[in-house]
Formats: sequence, C-alpha cells, structure tokens
Amino acid sequence: MQPIGLLIEFKSGHVKPANFGMATAARAENRQLVALVVDAPAGDTKAALEAYGVTRIVNIRTDSNGWDPAVHAAAVVAAMQENGITTLIGLTSPTGRELLPRVAARLDAPLVMDCIDIDLDDHRVKTSHYSGKTMATIAMTGSHFIYGMRANVVAPLKAPAAAEVIDFPFAANHPSGFEVIETRTDGSGPQYLAESDIIISGGRGLKNAENFKLLYDCARHLNAAVGASRVAVDNGWVSYAMQVGQTGVKVNPKVYMAVGISGSVQHFAGMKTAKTIIAINTDANAPIMAHCDYYAVGDLFDILPALEKALSSMTR
Amino acid sequence: MNIYVCVKHVPDSAATITVEGKTGINEKITFLLNPYDEHAVTEAAKIKASSANDTEVIAVCLGKAAAENTLRAAMAMGADRSILIETDTSRDSIFTARALAAAIRSDGRPWMVFTGKESIDSEGMQTQFRLAQHLGLPVATNAIKVDADSDGVTVECEREAGTIDVYRMAAPCVIGAGKGLNNPNYPTFPDIVRSRKKPVKRIDLAELAIDTPSAGMQIRELVPAVEQHSPKALTGSAADIAAQIVDILKNEAKVI
Repeated sequence: MQPIGLLIEFKSGHVKPANFGMATAARAENRQLVALVVDAPAGDTKAALEAYGVTRIVNIRTDSNGWDPAVHAAAVVAAMQENGITTLIGLTSPTGRELLPRVAARLDAPLVMDCIDIDLDDHRVKTSHYSGKTMATIAMTGSHFIYGMRANVVAPLKAPAAAEVIDFPFAANHPSGFEVIETRTDGSGPQYLAESDIIISGGRGLKNAENFKLLYDCARHLNAAVGASRVAVDNGWVSYAMQVGQTGVKVNPKVYMAVGISGSVQHFAGMKTAKTIIAINTDANAPIMAHCDYYAVGDLFDILPALEKALSSMTR
Repeated sequence: MNIYVCVKHVPDSAATITVEGKTGINEKITFLLNPYDEHAVTEAAKIKASSANDTEVIAVCLGKAAAENTLRAAMAMGADRSILIETDTSRDSIFTARALAAAIRSDGRPWMVFTGKESIDSEGMQTQFRLAQHLGLPVATNAIKVDADSDGVTVECEREAGTIDVYRMAAPCVIGAGKGLNNPNYPTFPDIVRSRKKPVKRIDLAELAIDTPSAGMQIRELVPAVEQHSPKALTGSAADIAAQIVDILKNEAKVI
C-alpha cells in the first residue's frame, strides 16, 4: 500500500469539506490515505476523516503558539519522512499556498498548485496557464511529489473506514530568523471564496459599498459567498480578499452569479470554470453575456430585491 | 546594501494566447513585467529612498533575450541596474530558483530579496520559497506592508479575507509582494529615458554552473481552454427573472 499524505485544514473547528473531495480523488485500492493534521482543534476530526476512507491520522503537535507557516511546514516534512510518505496533496487555499511551497522547497520536490486533475500514478496533472486561456498537462519528476488541488474539482464520496491515530510531537529548531509576531483577524472574515459552492459577485454596476448589501441579502439564503470584480475592489467598495480574477481569487463554484460585472478577460481568468454562470447586466453587449449560461438584461436594483424575496419565501 | 528584485517577463493578461507546437505559445504578443513584480520593484525603490546612500536596487530575471524589456521596465520603476540570466527555453521554478540564487550570490550580498507572490503566466506560486531555501533565508508571501531596518523586516501578510499575519524576519530575507503592498510607481517619460542608460549585466547560464536538478515539472501538452457555456436569455419582469434564477438553482444546479 502506497501511503498518500493529505494535508488537512480546519474551518471553525471542523475539517474543511474541500478535504473530502481531495480524499475522494486520492483513494484507490493500492493506496493508504494518511491524514496529516497540524495542531488540530479538539472535536470530530477522526470520525469526519474516517467517513472518507482515511485509515491513518498523524496528529502533529507543534510547539508553536498558533499559526506559524515555517514551523508547520517543517513539521509536515518531518511527519512525511517518519511515515514514509512521498506524495502529499493539499488544497490551493490560503493555508495551502503557505505550506505546500514551503514543504516542496524543503524537499526540493516538484509542486503544481491549482491542479484540476491529478494522476498520482503517472505524476501528471492538469492546471490552467495564461489566465485560464490554456490548459497545461504537466509531468512531474523527482523523489517526492506535492500537489495543490483546486477546491471542488472532485465531488466528495463517502467510503467509511477505521483509522489509527498516531501522535507526532514536533519541536521546532529555533531560532530560524522567522518569527510570528501576531495574527490579526477581524472575526467577520467572509466564507473563503474558492471553497464556496455558490458565489454572487458584484462589479461596477453596484455603484458603491452600501449596495453590496443587496448581494449579501441574497447570499444569506443560499449560504453563498460574496465576491467582487477588480473595479469594485479598486474603488474601495470591498476588500481585496473578495476579488475574483487574474490577480484575485480563482474560483470553481457550482454556481457563479456575476451582477453588474462586464466580464473582462482578467475576471474570466478567475471564474470561467464555474459550472453554471448567471449574469445580470443592463448592457446586453457586455462580454459576460456571451460567456455565461444564463443572462438577464436588466437593472440589478430591480432583480436582486426580487430574487431576495423569492429566496426568502422559499427557504422560510 | 543590496536589494534584489526577481522579476519575470510574462504575456500581457489581455493578450490572445495561441498555442504553437505541443507546449509553446506564439510569442509575438505583448510581454510585460509580471504585475505582482511591479509591487516588488516599487517597494524596493521606496525602501531605498529612506535608506543609506549606498543602497542599490538590482532587478534579476531569468529569461530569453527579449526579457531585457521587462528589466528596462523595472529600472524605469526604480531599479538601479539589472541582471539578465539568458536562457533559450522556459524553465520550471525548481531550475529558476537555482539560477536566481546563483546570480544573486555571484553579484553580492543581499539585504532583502523581493519577488512577486506569483507569476500570472504559469501561476506556480513557489519560486520565492525555493529561492529562500537555496539562499538559506526566511521567507514570507503576499506581503501587504513592509517595515525594514538594518536588522530585518516586520512584514504584514494577508492570508485570507480578514486575516493578517505579522512576521519578523531577520535580514537578509525573501519577501513575496502582494497586490495590497503599494500602488506601483508607473514610470514617467523621463524615468523611461533614464532607464535606457542603466546597465544590464548579461549572464550566460553556463557561467553559473548550476547542477541539473533531479526533480522537475515539465509541460507535456498545452491546449486552448474550451468554452463550455452557451448563453440563454432570462426574460420578463424582475420577479419573472428571479423565479427563473431560483428554478435554475434548484433544478439544474441543484444547490438548494
């Protein structure tokens, strides 16, 4: 059995659902799924991972006081070596963007981020290049292989198993010249865009920051995340973390609603793989209208309140 | 003190990409300084302006001969001189990091090394980390604020919406510039004229005597992305359109 390492992430104390898709993609008869869990919160981690076929959980305990990417990456490398793991899969999430390249750099191992397809046997992946305008097939060579998966590309399928839990204490080698002073969070951080099934994004047509409330009102009923185009971010209406596109977050939701967004090439680079794209715009000739599944030519200030009303009467 | 800024020559994000052969693209399109690297150069120039007189900003690029244009752009935005490591083929980040590290080492001692947090063509998100590993330096990515002193830097990095990490790194260190770091110093015409007189040192890859890495990432096939959408109109009153959207969410996308 070839051990496949899965770098597990948490959100509000629970295993992130996108990890289950990752486990599903990695599962095969001749492989053992080994979850690498760094400083896990207490809770239902074991049961959650067992449901998706994980048979070994390496419970890494570091001596860092909270988030420390340098220590966490070193701990993951040590745990991989201890458990004979040469293949590691993680998410192309904010945490994955910090840890996976650090792990790959330490091991001098190939790494492809944002994979939409992974062949673990042939070490071949597919990922987009040139702002989503081309799809590249990349062959990796080396002694270790690190993969960053795009969230939501594989739907999670349950495969119940029983897992052994192994404790792995890790003490960092201080000083490393890298020190975490603090992690500031405003607590209200919106749902991370790339892992949302439904995203409602607003652009120039929203006109100001206050009008984004119309998007949040609809999003609330759908448990959707709210995104934005670069114009909305550059105008200071919403934070940069909400920007979808070339220089923002790349998303892959089941449904992407583009509201008052004309659809620049750079915006498409971030959302073109969405399964269903719905556009609302007053301009019938906006580029987005020709590159979506459904479009409504109309005023978002009429349509969004109507949509909110329809959704609230349905979910009530 | 030397501030190195590693830059990449990339196709304009608005350019039409045409695949040529099995793995290449038609390169007769506009290439630019990678957008995140603009923030890196701008920050390096800003730090130089408030530092000792002997501080120098050096742009470093691994690329084809045409990448000189990108180095000129970096010099127009504030770099004092630049180094072009010439290669005929595109290289993966495992190789690139070795080449950049070797070029920096052969040039001088860094105080800081900047890169963009990722390139917009291959979107690898890793060269800064590999570079730091080869140079034996600490690294932080997606920096949105940098306070430098002679001992090191205090850097604020945006991890995700609403989460900022504050790190202290001893100098020298590697910093991956994020979009929130600054507003790029877009050059004026006199800046561009001055940049033409600034020196570009060309290094042949062979001079750097880089060991061939045993690991790699090689593009085997490049194909144009397929357009999968065929647009259908939603019509009627706002309430009609809303009802159709709900129907799509429920019965087609099955998300509610």
